[in-house]
Amino acid sequence: MYEGVVQDLIDELGRLPGIGPKSAQRIAFHLLATDPADIARLQEILGKVREGVRFCDICGNVSEEERCRICRDARRDPALICVVEEPKDVLAVERTREFRGRYHVLGGALDPLSGVGPDQLRIKELLARIGGEEVSEVIIATDPNTEGEATATYLVRMLRDFPGLTVTRLASGLPMGGDLEFADELTLGRALSGRRAL
Amino acid sequence: MYLRHLQVTDFRSWEHVDLPLEPGPTVLVGPNGRGKTNLLEAVGYVATLSSHRVATDAPLIRQGCERALVRLAVVNEGRELTVELEIAPGRANRARVNRGAVGRPRDVLGILRTVLFAPEDLALVRGDPGERRRFLDDLLVQRAPRYAGVRSDYEKVLRQRNALLKTAGKRRGDDPYAASTLEVWDNHLATSGAQLLAARLNLVADLGPHTSAAYAGVAPDSRPATIGYRSSLGAALPEGYGVPGGERAEPEKLAEILLDALGESRAAELERGVSLVGPHRDELELTLGETPAKGYASHGESWSFALALRLGSYELLRAESGGEPVLLLDDVFAELDRRRRARLAEVAASAEQVLVTAAVDEDVPAELEGVRFAVTHGEVRRA
Ligand SMILES: Nc1ncnc2c1ncn2[C@@H]1O[C@H](COP(=O)(O)OP(=O)(O)OP(=O)(O)O)[C@@H](O)[C@H]1O
Ligand SMILES: [Mg+2]
Ligand SMILES: [Zn+2]
Repeated sequence: MYEGVVQDLIDELGRLPGIGPKSAQRIAFHLLATDPADIARLQEILGKVREGVRFCDICGNVSEEERCRICRDARRDPALICVVEEPKDVLAVERTREFRGRYHVLGGALDPLSGVGPDQLRIKELLARIGGEEVSEVIIATDPNTEGEATATYLVRMLRDFPGLTVTRLASGLPMGGDLEFADELTLGRALSGRRAL
Repeated sequence: MYLRHLQVTDFRSWEHVDLPLEPGPTVLVGPNGRGKTNLLEAVGYVATLSSHRVATDAPLIRQGCERALVRLAVVNEGRELTVELEIAPGRANRARVNRGAVGRPRDVLGILRTVLFAPEDLALVRGDPGERRRFLDDLLVQRAPRYAGVRSDYEKVLRQRNALLKTAGKRRGDDPYAASTLEVWDNHLATSGAQLLAARLNLVADLGPHTSAAYAGVAPDSRPATIGYRSSLGAALPEGYGVPGGERAEPEKLAEILLDALGESRAAELERGVSLVGPHRDELELTLGETPAKGYASHGESWSFALALRLGSYELLRAESGGEPVLLLDDVFAELDRRRRARLAEVAASAEQVLVTAAVDEDVPAELEGVRFAVTHGEVRRA
């Protein structure tokens, strides 16, 4: 234990994902030795992130405006919606350059252990979108792990009553137990083009 | 298959050991507490990604060190692979094959196959049903590595479903969301549970005759030993499943049966907040004559039964493709009378490779000639 505020800083850093006590300590002492101007810049960005970032009203992706860049882009096919868990998954799919439709970010996956049920995800918003817009196909691109698969099954059940709607799941070939974000572009691109109807 | 080389660094009591090995019997002899079992444990860890002695990895790391390293050169049908595993508690292990990193440690499963018998195995007979389920699942993975994934999927789905049952049970009433999400988890539990269950049933059907024969070999005067699978599905389990020569269990059929059973026990499950049907509630039954081994068998009988389960596993794996497993016998001979020693030595001598530990030379039967190593403080020397 360090005295006072230094320990507070270590504790705060340690709460971030992927940072253990040792890394937290290392980062804290790095910050203590850093040029004040650099610290000020970091402070400013952290402040802005809280105030400035919002989520797209339509798809739930991070956005600087009411609607995100993709939802505003008239060249993107509104009939095609790719459903992902997190904003970082949007980036992963975008990197493949295989997808010309729009997105829907759920904000996670069904995970009863962490208290996440359908109510905690943006599923109602998805259903409303499909009911209202001219959507013809929904591609479910949740992570290929236990929680992602369960979420996909749930969505398929909710979506099968929409007449004329095609629901597809990313083709297998993605490593099981994985994270969409970490799938390489080629694999993910192939999974997109080879998606199967459910 | 056989190990051509064993190297460990900071594993258990060992700072560093570098041991060239040969096919056939190898005996490690040394006084108590010098690290003989530690070496077998290291080999077993690479084959199963778990220790036969402890559930967590921390005790495997030499006191005061951060990580342990085990490197093995495995020769299978003339082809040599080097497997290297870095074990560090609190974070994922790292694995390399032929010095190239592999995606996940799980990918090394199947490169080395082992069957390990150790005094701890008495728990197979005397311990909780969980010990015997683990025995079956570990053997499944040795038989076909893809079951490592099936098993961990099932465990994850089960934990999620139990969490949901607990919260849904508390809320009660007709919560349409809870009901429809529970159905989703039911489906996943039934699908992965059926795969695990089918594989276990077929395993028990195949393992049974080998185990009975092995028991008759090590305990010729005793009553016959048999094994059987008791499923939480009860009478809903199709007849002939899990029985030698019976019908092969099919995952598709079992998934439907499991799903029905989940539906039927729904109310009780919500009441108690746990999943009441599925392979996690099943039992491998061990029977001597007409009586269950657990609670009835003598010390010697229990011990022989545990040994028969391991020798049966060994014969089963050996009869199938994938490479004859390396046999690891920890401290077994001291417990046996002369006749049984000779019988076990016969099996061991026929193995492509067997590593044996003993505290004193006299414990090792004369039939088991081969390489001898003396294990002393911090050193293994060829005797
Ligand atoms: N993590 C560890 N760090 C250092 N030493 C350890 C560690 N774990 C176990 N040991 C030591 O290893 C020794 C036990 O080794 P092992 O079980 O291999 O003995 P053995 O030669 O098989 O003895 P026996 O003949 O009694 O079975 C003990 O002295 C124990 O203190
Ligand atoms: Mg020992
Ligand atoms: Zn948007």
